[in-house]
Amino acid sequence: MLIRTPSDILSSEITPESVYLKRRQFMQGLGLGATALGMGLPATGFAASEDPRKSLSFSPVVANADNPFYTDEKTPSFAEASSYNNFYEFGTDKTDPAKNSHTLTTDPWSVQVEGAVAKPGSYPLEDIMKLMTLEERIYRLRCVEAWSMVIPWVGFSLADFIKMFEPTSDAKYVEFTTLYRRNEMKGQRSAFSTIDWPYTEGLRMDEAMNSLAFMSVGMYGKTLPNQNGAPIRLVVPWKYGFKSIKSIVKMRFTSVRPKTSWQSIAPNEYGFYANVNPEVSHPRWSQAYERRLPSSLLSPSRIKTEMFNGYGEQVAGLYKDMNLRRNY
Amino acid sequence: MAMLTSRQLRIAKAVVFILCLLPLTYIVYAALTENLGTDPVKSLIHITGEWAIRLFVLTMAISPMRAWLGWGWALRFRRMLGLYTWFYATIHLLIVTTYIFAWDWQLAKIELAERAYIFVGFAAWVLMMPLGLTSNNRAVRALRKNWGRLHMLVYPAVLLAWLHIAWQVRSSYFDAVLYAVLIICLLFQRFQKLKKRL
Repeated sequence: MLIRTPSDILSSEITPESVYLKRRQFMQGLGLGATALGMGLPATGFAASEDPRKSLSFSPVVANADNPFYTDEKTPSFAEASSYNNFYEFGTDKTDPAKNSHTLTTDPWSVQVEGAVAKPGSYPLEDIMKLMTLEERIYRLRCVEAWSMVIPWVGFSLADFIKMFEPTSDAKYVEFTTLYRRNEMKGQRSAFSTIDWPYTEGLRMDEAMNSLAFMSVGMYGKTLPNQNGAPIRLVVPWKYGFKSIKSIVKMRFTSVRPKTSWQSIAPNEYGFYANVNPEVSHPRWSQAYERRLPSSLLSPSRIKTEMFNGYGEQVAGLYKDMNLRRNY
Repeated sequence: MAMLTSRQLRIAKAVVFILCLLPLTYIVYAALTENLGTDPVKSLIHITGEWAIRLFVLTMAISPMRAWLGWGWALRFRRMLGLYTWFYATIHLLIVTTYIFAWDWQLAKIELAERAYIFVGFAAWVLMMPLGLTSNNRAVRALRKNWGRLHMLVYPAVLLAWLHIAWQVRSSYFDAVLYAVLIICLLFQRFQKLKKRL
């Protein structure tokens, strides 16, 4: 695990993001996927003076059509992916998180692990980063609001992370909680908010142990910007985006299904599972189509939504005996 | 300023006309320069919807201005503001039809039937149509007493427009509360007038 502060980086080392991306593609084109070689490719991006993001060392994803962790669909620019966010802790407008999240301090940070595990406790982020091996995954992210983006994440498998805590047989579900810190999170101070803070989400244990479930600590080769859920967030690509909880401070293992924030606000709109499903429409939005962002007015990139966001092969088995219309 | 001379009125009307065109100018400019953000469709829907409700409330504020502040001259701008309300609501509807429904009538029908907030929004626009079409002087003269009766449709229309907003509340009650307060204030003046008559 290598974290370099911008001041450590020589100007001669600075590579424009576009060049870095091209170089990465070139390496993959040669079949030099670093995973195969068992080495991490140090990724150096340009260090803008105010950019607090740090470069991460990770194994790039293997660019192979059969690799579920990879897609060749177009990713938005980093600027686009970090300026169009739902993170109500910082305001309800899509541009609010980018404007308001600079107030958040993410260092020091630790994740409190509780409940049905042999090794509960408070895990500092530095320790987590030392223990986990970072890899890249390029996933589709489908928001319940009928838009989607393709994001190159950096992080580690949730299953590997959970195994570290040795869950007991009572662990049937895992509940995640976002930071609650009113003085740093503007949206939590709003008198008009419908959300009862802190924000919580949950997964069934077998969902959490699925190989697609991912804990992200970075995107576009660097640590996460605050608006995208720094310093550590969940990514479950077969579910609507609100399941992919941001800025996680607590994981609680339990035998009882946890109640999630959106379920508490509108149980008829948001279910526990929230799997991407074009056949079950949301009271507010038809889920049959999505706008793949960035879009423009001339090419609105309106595409058909896929069952499980196109990850059916990996996750359909989790729900084979369930009525997905009732368990939305 | 109780009365305006006809010259002042003409200038004032031109100013209001141009002011009301500013949001549209901004939208066209932002669209051409690709400044509508990552999801321009959503931005367009929000901007046009917001201006429609703002102008709607402003249109309905004319009568109270006259009653409470004695601004009789304000009445001269009501027709233009009302027409602009309908204009922005129409653009809003056209954008939804083009980019969300992609002119797929089957889909539009399902959406109208399944989603109450879409239905009430559409109903508000439908109720505005006869108001817009009968806003010219000839229609006012021809309809005589019925013109006033017909234009009572603004009340159900504004309530439906408010429902359209309130039903979309997800994470913040701010807009729903703001417009509820404004609309209640504006309706209060009508109730007072009604009570006096009875």
